Amino acid sequence: MNQTRPQTGHDLVLDVRDLCTHLGSRNRPVRAVDGVDLRLHHGETFVLVGESGCGKSMIALSTMRLLPPSGRVVDGEVVLNGRSLLDLPEVEMRRERGGRIGMIFQEPMTSLNPVMTAGRQVAEAVRLHDPQHAADPRARVVELFRQVGIPDPARRVDEYPHQLSGGMKQRVMIAMALAGRPDVLIADEPTTALDVTIQAQVLQLLRDLQRETGMAILLITHDLGVVAEMADRVGVMYAGQMVEVGAVDDFFRQPRHPYSRKLFRSLPDASKRNQGLDIIKGMVPPLDREFTLCRFRDRCEAARELCGGGPPPWQGETEDGYRCHLGVDDIHLEQAVLPVTRDPVENGGRPLMQATGLKVHFPIRKGVLRRTVGHVKAVDGLDMALHAGRTLALVGESGCGKTTVGKALLQLLRPTGGSVDFDGTELTQLKGEPLRRLRRSFQIIFQDPASSMNPRMLVGDIVAEGMRAQGIGGDRNAQRARVAELLGQVGLPADAVQRYPHEFSGGQRQRIAIARALAVDPRLIVCDEPTSALDVSVQAQVLNLLKELQAALDLSYLFITHNIAVVAYLADEVAVMYLGRIVEQGPVGRILNAPAHPYTEALLASVPVPDPARHREVLRLEGDMPSPANPPAGCHFHERCPKAEPRCREAYPPTVALDETHRVACWLHQE
Amino acid sequence: MMPFQPVVLATDALIYLLVLLAGSLAWYTRRHAHLRAPWRRVARSRTAMGSLVVIALYVLIGLLDTLHYRPASGEDGNGQARYASEVMSVLDLIATPLREHSEKTYSAPFATHLYARETIELPGGGQVRDFPRLKWGGAHLADPDADRGADLLIRVLGGVVLGGTAWLLSLAVALRRRGHRWRRWWRDPAIGPLRSAAWAGLAVLVLLGLTLTLAGAYHVLGTDKVGEDVFYQSLKSIRTGLVIGTLTTLVMLPAAILLGIMAGYFRGWVDDVIQYLYTTLSSVPGVLLIAAAVLIMQIYMSNHQDEFNSLTERADLRLLFLCVILGVTSWTSLCRLLRGETLKLRQLEYVQAAQAFGVGHFTTLMRHILPNVMHIVLIVVVLDFSGLVLAEAVLSYINIGVDPNTNSWGNMINSARLELAREPVVWWSLLAAFVFMFVLVLAANLFADVVRDAFDPRLRERT
Amino acid sequence: MMAYIVRRTLYAIPILIGVNLLTFLLFFVVNSPDDMARMHLGAKRVTDEAIQQWKHERGYDKPLVWNSAARGAGVVTDTIFFDKSLRLFAFDFGQSDSGRNIGHDITQRMWPSLAIAIPVLLVGLLVNISFSLLLAFFRGTYLDLWGVVLCVAMMSISGLFYIIGGQVLLGKLLNLFPISGYDVGANAWKFLVLPVIIGVVSAIGAGSRWYRTLFLEEINKDFVRSARAKGLSEQRVLFGHVLRNALIPILTGVVVVLPSLFMGSLLLESFFGVPGLGSYTIDAINRQDFAIVRAMVFLGAALYILGLLLTDISYTIADPRVRLE
Repeated sequence: MNQTRPQTGHDLVLDVRDLCTHLGSRNRPVRAVDGVDLRLHHGETFVLVGESGCGKSMIALSTMRLLPPSGRVVDGEVVLNGRSLLDLPEVEMRRERGGRIGMIFQEPMTSLNPVMTAGRQVAEAVRLHDPQHAADPRARVVELFRQVGIPDPARRVDEYPHQLSGGMKQRVMIAMALAGRPDVLIADEPTTALDVTIQAQVLQLLRDLQRETGMAILLITHDLGVVAEMADRVGVMYAGQMVEVGAVDDFFRQPRHPYSRKLFRSLPDASKRNQGLDIIKGMVPPLDREFTLCRFRDRCEAARELCGGGPPPWQGETEDGYRCHLGVDDIHLEQAVLPVTRDPVENGGRPLMQATGLKVHFPIRKGVLRRTVGHVKAVDGLDMALHAGRTLALVGESGCGKTTVGKALLQLLRPTGGSVDFDGTELTQLKGEPLRRLRRSFQIIFQDPASSMNPRMLVGDIVAEGMRAQGIGGDRNAQRARVAELLGQVGLPADAVQRYPHEFSGGQRQRIAIARALAVDPRLIVCDEPTSALDVSVQAQVLNLLKELQAALDLSYLFITHNIAVVAYLADEVAVMYLGRIVEQGPVGRILNAPAHPYTEALLASVPVPDPARHREVLRLEGDMPSPANPPAGCHFHERCPKAEPRCREAYPPTVALDETHRVACWLHQE
Repeated sequence: MMPFQPVVLATDALIYLLVLLAGSLAWYTRRHAHLRAPWRRVARSRTAMGSLVVIALYVLIGLLDTLHYRPASGEDGNGQARYASEVMSVLDLIATPLREHSEKTYSAPFATHLYARETIELPGGGQVRDFPRLKWGGAHLADPDADRGADLLIRVLGGVVLGGTAWLLSLAVALRRRGHRWRRWWRDPAIGPLRSAAWAGLAVLVLLGLTLTLAGAYHVLGTDKVGEDVFYQSLKSIRTGLVIGTLTTLVMLPAAILLGIMAGYFRGWVDDVIQYLYTTLSSVPGVLLIAAAVLIMQIYMSNHQDEFNSLTERADLRLLFLCVILGVTSWTSLCRLLRGETLKLRQLEYVQAAQAFGVGHFTTLMRHILPNVMHIVLIVVVLDFSGLVLAEAVLSYINIGVDPNTNSWGNMINSARLELAREPVVWWSLLAAFVFMFVLVLAANLFADVVRDAFDPRLRERT
Repeated sequence: MMAYIVRRTLYAIPILIGVNLLTFLLFFVVNSPDDMARMHLGAKRVTDEAIQQWKHERGYDKPLVWNSAARGAGVVTDTIFFDKSLRLFAFDFGQSDSGRNIGHDITQRMWPSLAIAIPVLLVGLLVNISFSLLLAFFRGTYLDLWGVVLCVAMMSISGLFYIIGGQVLLGKLLNLFPISGYDVGANAWKFLVLPVIIGVVSAIGAGSRWYRTLFLEEINKDFVRSARAKGLSEQRVLFGHVLRNALIPILTGVVVVLPSLFMGSLLLESFFGVPGLGSYTIDAINRQDFAIVRAMVFLGAALYILGLLLTDISYTIADPRVRLE
């Protein structure tokens, strides 16, 4: 099994030729995949990258013949090791599926049968595809569990999926796919639902397994960082077509297709702090029609008359080329526009909002009388300060309590203890009318643009809701005028007033949410992961807007996120949160370049960087975040900390100031 | 002087209210795209459109039977009209021949003679035991045995031709107005649902035509023990079924909606109290609660005979009371559903956004919660309808349903089943009740299915 | 788990008090103890003494729910409601208005009820699950479509017609089984076959359609896709993954009605002349015997609450995710 990594290029394993997959009605089908060629070689990783809805998952499902009932392959061939999969009878196909070609999915939470033990689910695959161990699969299952890095495998095989964390579930899924010793593993966004530290573990595991078994991996992702980290070769998809294929180093050095280039430019990072991000204008065209021209033409800055003449040709080889009318040197894209002029605001004076010792505990009740026997300490003694006109990023993994902090600061959740001071007013003691009046000063923007707006209200009413509730903005006409002004400010057409939220795309809806918050002239906005549900190019638009608004209106942001690149681009200060407490806080430059806390260090190291040359030092975090109901004694982080000392087990470290602005809670920095 | 005096019974008033509500809801829906969209999906279903026509026929008959009046019966000394004590409905007026053609006792469908032998006095003196001629059924025939077949055939053909012609005429008018071509009408898949509705309309019109030609001359569904026309009884039962199916929900809706969303929204002690309330109510076996309530009402009514003006009014109040008590037993499940949905909704971000603006509780409930649970209310109302129609029959059968004087399918079954032991069997009352109920309930079930599919967002995402 | 059961049992007490208070109030709001006495003494002219005597003998001479003359706890305890309810909580149902011991009647009559209800439940479950699995397996085909249409048609027929139709067809025309009646011991079966068949058939429509929905809901879940991605056959997917998950709501739906099986089926028993609790209740309703109706309401409520508790417990057994806290 200890093969070395073979040379890419010769032994073709999977060959997809001119694949066309349609969804929905036959009269007006959605052409989800429209003539895609793809080749995968032994031992190589091919990464398919693209924004949501571009058809990349449909390629995987077509290959596995697992399309939803409304989907069908209408044309093309899929050849696995010389066998044409699409022509096999279903009985034969079953032998291939899970045997020579395995697949793992995006949502490990729902992809395992909840009422069957993890071991039995893997054993099913062993019985089908591993005749040697079919009679008594248990030993083989334990071995597979060990292979995918599940600690204590002999015990874990008898556990049910709900007893496993998300990362562990994804490992079980991988074990299941490995049971048949596949030649090809298809991984459809395998780490999208996972935290970055867990993502780093799973990606590392996939690389190790590939080195051991020599299988080919078809990895699907939307994250250019993951591409840089994993890929040997890359395929970029746009609107159901492959628009560029190439070796990873070439691709990152010089992307050829205009769309690929724009994608890179719309990525936020520290170097672009003083400018707006590049955006791709317009939207992906709907796929329920036939295209006679280039699909990207309407959004392409480099488009010329030439582009109006028929569909663009594929330039180059199947395994190295791009789909465009223009030669590489003829594609000229303007440099990123909109430099955001914003004077750096000094971190002096009194903070706008200050939390001291903030606690949010949820009681755990048990027994006959439902007595409180413990607390889930979602937020447990948190200090932080936010200055006017500045952006504080609150960073942490899911479940660390960062969303709870946002809601508790705004008194949407009443804190259990501590104080929140807003410009001289103590909020935690405020009730009724005075609190209601004050609410116009601080607003919130949520993560999910789909559920943050009442689907039964017109956009005009949604935006005006705050003004009406607060009784501001004058009479109806004045309010109407203000709504129109706000919509203009966030870049939406005036006729949006008379439409419903579902008529808008995710990014547009997020802009409506911003307009709604701005309507009451707040001084502070809590942004709770406002771009996490959006594609990169759309994310750029929203980030630009936030930055412009801050400069124009002198807003303060509390930016809650797990996306470090966004932090680097947007934040002035960063607070890193772990299990209900802030472990490190300071200016963005210091935190990102010279982190003091081992957790911050590990978190930053786990983030994949979109640059294959910069192969990061791997500082891997073991295990998962403990439950906030039962945090470890001493420093909450010591069980996972590579630098833990005996005293870390005994007491929680006090916060020390490394300089005026940089504070950290770690024993390593105690005098 | 008026030839009649309008009468509004308690259930009539509620039906008018219901029609008003449905009308204003329809008007409101027409003006809002997002409300119209699911109905468009319903309108695209062939099953829904076909069953809708059938339901519409029932509703029409039920509404005709709801317009009550007292006919004038003469004048008193001062020139003021005197009105009969008997309450009639427009349906009674239309079906006057059916109502008045009562025989002595049982007769089979299309029979010309009674079902039982009787001693007949011969004109020339002497007696004979034979099946006597019916007073009305086939009375126009000189020699029933020889002429009946031909007469029936002519009338059936006449009915079919009548119905068919009416259908063709109305179709022609409809096509002309919409600018369709005939040929396209047969083929175009886009108007498939309309075509199903038209076919159902054909069936309805032919039935109407047959009724016109046959029902006056024969007892098409026979007569019952006291000689009343069974077809007339079945028609009169439609209103009872519809009242039970709709008013029950109307009565329980306000409580179910209010308590359900309050429990889910406020949680805490409000939730505890409301949950206690509905757990208690739903833990009582429904039939027994109804039985206890109806029993008590019967005792009350027999103790306070003098409070009711007429038998009709009394029977009507009993019907209303049955709706109320059925409502009491059935609101709990809707309340529970709404509580669960509200619990989910209040976590949603738009509710929290409203909270962040300082929007009041009442406004939040009315603006953000209520409109977003209404689809559940609609689904439950439509799904409950057929169950309630079926329940009426069972309750009437165990004597805790509607008043024995009220025409209802349950009462028809109840009185007919005793005759099953007879030889030969008297089957037509049962058959009539079966067919009338089955058609209504089947149409309602099919329609409810489509409505649920169209309104349930969970189902929509799946396709 | 134990704490949960204890807590739920304690919670049942206020509910049962509420149920009792409800029926109690319903009855006495329109019917004073004096009215009751007059009705039972029967004669047109009854002396006040006779009424007082009747009330005293049966304990109806106290205030209804609130005794303002009494002191301390007596305000509540020295009332008709307290007297009559406390006995119910000890499952002492007292005497019916016609003077029979209700508790004894119930123990006598629950066996015939169970003899019908249990086979109906088990056979029905088997038939419905098989039929709905068949439909789920052939989902999207004409078999499925017409199966569903058949289900909808079957559930559109009133239960009364199933009974009448069954009696006429199987009993009268084909003469296979006796139309009604009951016997004790080994001969009972031939009286049971017909009601059981009818009980099962009349529930096929609604039951199968409901189960089919449950199956289809599971079939669309992510883990079923994972199971297919392993290369499992459609049958294995259906039986090994879909069925197991869909069985959870099915079984818990069955458990909730288990205790109520004692109550018998009102319709079946009265049509077939089976001396079970269902026909007992109907007879009581028709005779307007309030004592029996009240006892059955209490018993029904208690069994329903027991059913809810059993449902929760069965969830923990069937579904590893659920733990009662």
